[in-house]
Amino acid sequence: MRNGYLFAAYAATWIIHIVYLCTIVSRYSRVKREIADLKKPGVAS
Amino acid sequence: MRDDLPGMKKAFPILGVLTAILLSYALYESLVAAPTEQTMGDVQRIFYYHVPSAWTAFILFFVNFGASVFYLIKRNPAADIVALVSAEVGVVFCTVVLVTGPIWARPVWGIWWTWDMRLTSTLVLWLIYVSYLFLRRFSSSGQTPALAAALAVLGALCVPFVYFSIWFFRTQHPQPVMGGGGSIDPRMLHVLLINWLAFSCFAFLVCWSRYRLESLQREVDQAHALESLMDLRGGA
Repeated sequence: MRNGYLFAAYAATWIIHIVYLCTIVSRYSRVKREIADLKKPGVAS
Repeated sequence: MRDDLPGMKKAFPILGVLTAILLSYALYESLVAAPTEQTMGDVQRIFYYHVPSAWTAFILFFVNFGASVFYLIKRNPAADIVALVSAEVGVVFCTVVLVTGPIWARPVWGIWWTWDMRLTSTLVLWLIYVSYLFLRRFSSSGQTPALAAALAVLGALCVPFVYFSIWFFRTQHPQPVMGGGGSIDPRMLHVLLINWLAFSCFAFLVCWSRYRLESLQREVDQAHALESLMDLRGGA
């Protein structure tokens, strides 16, 4: 049972980091899309 | 739009792979190589994630403090981005501290949480930096970076208070590993430092990515503002 706490702590740490990394990746793809839109001809950049 | 510097583009994946190897080695050291503590048993190994996360969060909050002071003096936009990024990643590491701490406390103290000075001050520190991020996220005033920098300077004053709270107050929290009169097995200290190095490299890479994202976002926002201005002029 005590090992359950150890597993929970390590898993929680990596879940927190992975969720944060996912938000960064999602924001990156949104910004990349916006950049692609801005680079389209006839749009100021 | 500005593209990445070629050196940065090459260095990032190499550093990413090295950090992944270091994190894997640190995980192996924490779970397998480190000796088992006699009274707490395996649950003590939570310490190898809890303490380095706390140190990394403190360092990031100090980076935030330095960048905020620099921004207040020079009004440098890069310093503003560094302040924002370090606060955001610092909050992530501080969240890890606040989650892993109670998971360790439950089997060792028999309770998840107690309103002791170290725990409460860490929670207050986390709330200060979360409010800093809310201010950055939801205020669009031109004065927001300066207001946030002022809040960051006040928030940074809380960091030494959190660290030294276990010296000044009677608390349930264990004494500091270094500089607090506590003693630690040299093999445990080695694993602790390996984990700290691994998490510091990881934090650096995350800050780097986040800095680049924030710079791009600001350029896109400027381009959109310019576009709107040109539309307005065209319509007039």
